[in-house]
Amino acid sequence: MKQLSVDNLTGIVDLTRQDIELILETASRFKEVINRPIKKVPSLRDITIANVFFENSTRTRLSFELAQKRLSADIVNFSAASSSVKKGETLVDTVNNILAMKVDMVVMRHPNPGAAKFLSEKIKARVINAGDGTHEHPTQALLDAFSIQEKLGTVEGKKVVIVGDILHSRVALSNIYCLQKLGAEVMVCGPSTLIPKYIHELGVKVSHHLREALEWCDVANMLRIQLERQEIKYFPSLREYAQLFGLNKALLDSLSKEIVIMHPGPINRGVEITSDVADSAQSIILDQVENGVAVRMAVIYLLAAKIER
Amino acid sequence: MEKQVILNATQLELTLKRLSHELIETHGNFENSVLIGLQPRGIHVTTRLKTQLESILDLPIQAGTLDITFHRDDFRRRETPLLPSITNIDFSIENKRVILIDDVLFTGRTIRAGLDALLTFGRPSQVQLLALIDRRFSRDLPIQADYIGKTVDTLASERVAVEWKEIEGQDQILLFTKEGHEAAQR
Repeated sequence: MKQLSVDNLTGIVDLTRQDIELILETASRFKEVINRPIKKVPSLRDITIANVFFENSTRTRLSFELAQKRLSADIVNFSAASSSVKKGETLVDTVNNILAMKVDMVVMRHPNPGAAKFLSEKIKARVINAGDGTHEHPTQALLDAFSIQEKLGTVEGKKVVIVGDILHSRVALSNIYCLQKLGAEVMVCGPSTLIPKYIHELGVKVSHHLREALEWCDVANMLRIQLERQEIKYFPSLREYAQLFGLNKALLDSLSKEIVIMHPGPINRGVEITSDVADSAQSIILDQVENGVAVRMAVIYLLAAKIER
Repeated sequence: MEKQVILNATQLELTLKRLSHELIETHGNFENSVLIGLQPRGIHVTTRLKTQLESILDLPIQAGTLDITFHRDDFRRRETPLLPSITNIDFSIENKRVILIDDVLFTGRTIRAGLDALLTFGRPSQVQLLALIDRRFSRDLPIQADYIGKTVDTLASERVAVEWKEIEGQDQILLFTKEGHEAAQR
């Protein structure tokens, strides 16, 4: 019988192709479960999970919470704004205090890259990275791959372009690892100031022209400009960015083939993507959100099997 | 491992025919009754019965498959996680008479999980159980079948395997006995 080769999900970089395929296959079973009249299974009745969020999140946190509830796990939520972190407690102390209350798994979002990996080495509970700074956001990449597979039948051999703020994006890095491991070709596209200098060493193509990138791809993943992570100006104005790298309906319709549009959310309508594109038939943005719950259920289920009794 | 044939292809065919007639006795023309096969091995019994029933009644019979993995009681009590199979119930079971179908009834734990899983799809008016093989005296839970293909007496260490033409190449039901059992019994 198959199982994951890792004990924690800190990044896609640690997963094998078999791991990713196992997660996606399990997720498709859970997608069927969450479409039943009673969307709940009792698998994780004896498991307690802490959601520890040191950074704001709506979608991811809600998605994890729903996934946990639908697996019948007990959950506790913790956000930095209302915590002792403000009083000077360290990360490991905070989490160990939570674990002392008999918690089996920790889902953590943290502003510092590597925080999840660091935590997984310090504590006994299973750790799931829900985003660590500009580093990785593994469950987002998995749900993106799941959504592409669902829409196009397979990820293998597909061409995916990731457009926007690659420099500050954990979604971009996790997506690059995940898509490449599944045999897709990846291109990144954006203003040169927002593309990391050595990114081609990851084996991705680089483009600074949106039309050229869109003509090449089967799938376009439009990222949000993360103004909150930008301490300096990387481009003159949002208006100029929208004109050069924003996707509108006219541009989409002028392409020689129909491509799939994705967005990890939250959308800045009118900046990276216009409303009519976001709401078009080619967009699978809301499918991504639905799939997010199923994929997170799969990850939690497979890692829960590794909790010592 | 010594093996012994419990039912050969002809006997299995006869048994399936008899079970079909027993089902018709109770469910008539299946107006309000559906078959649900338990994954992974109950689905083959279900397919065969559906074909039999349809040829006898000359009516379409509704049949689905149910995976019980997420409802099992031994998650995290095994070395590796249990991986799910496909559930496909594309009709409502609300107020229907459901016949749950599995190949071998042993401890009853699978059926317990199957009942729980089934109820997440609605509230059937009745649930019955059909087992091709009933391993008597080995139940962990108070669960019995309404329709039985064949009852066998087995030791817990023995294994019953139902094989199908489409999968294993031959229709037959086998009993595997560990060598040394007889010696130990003497």
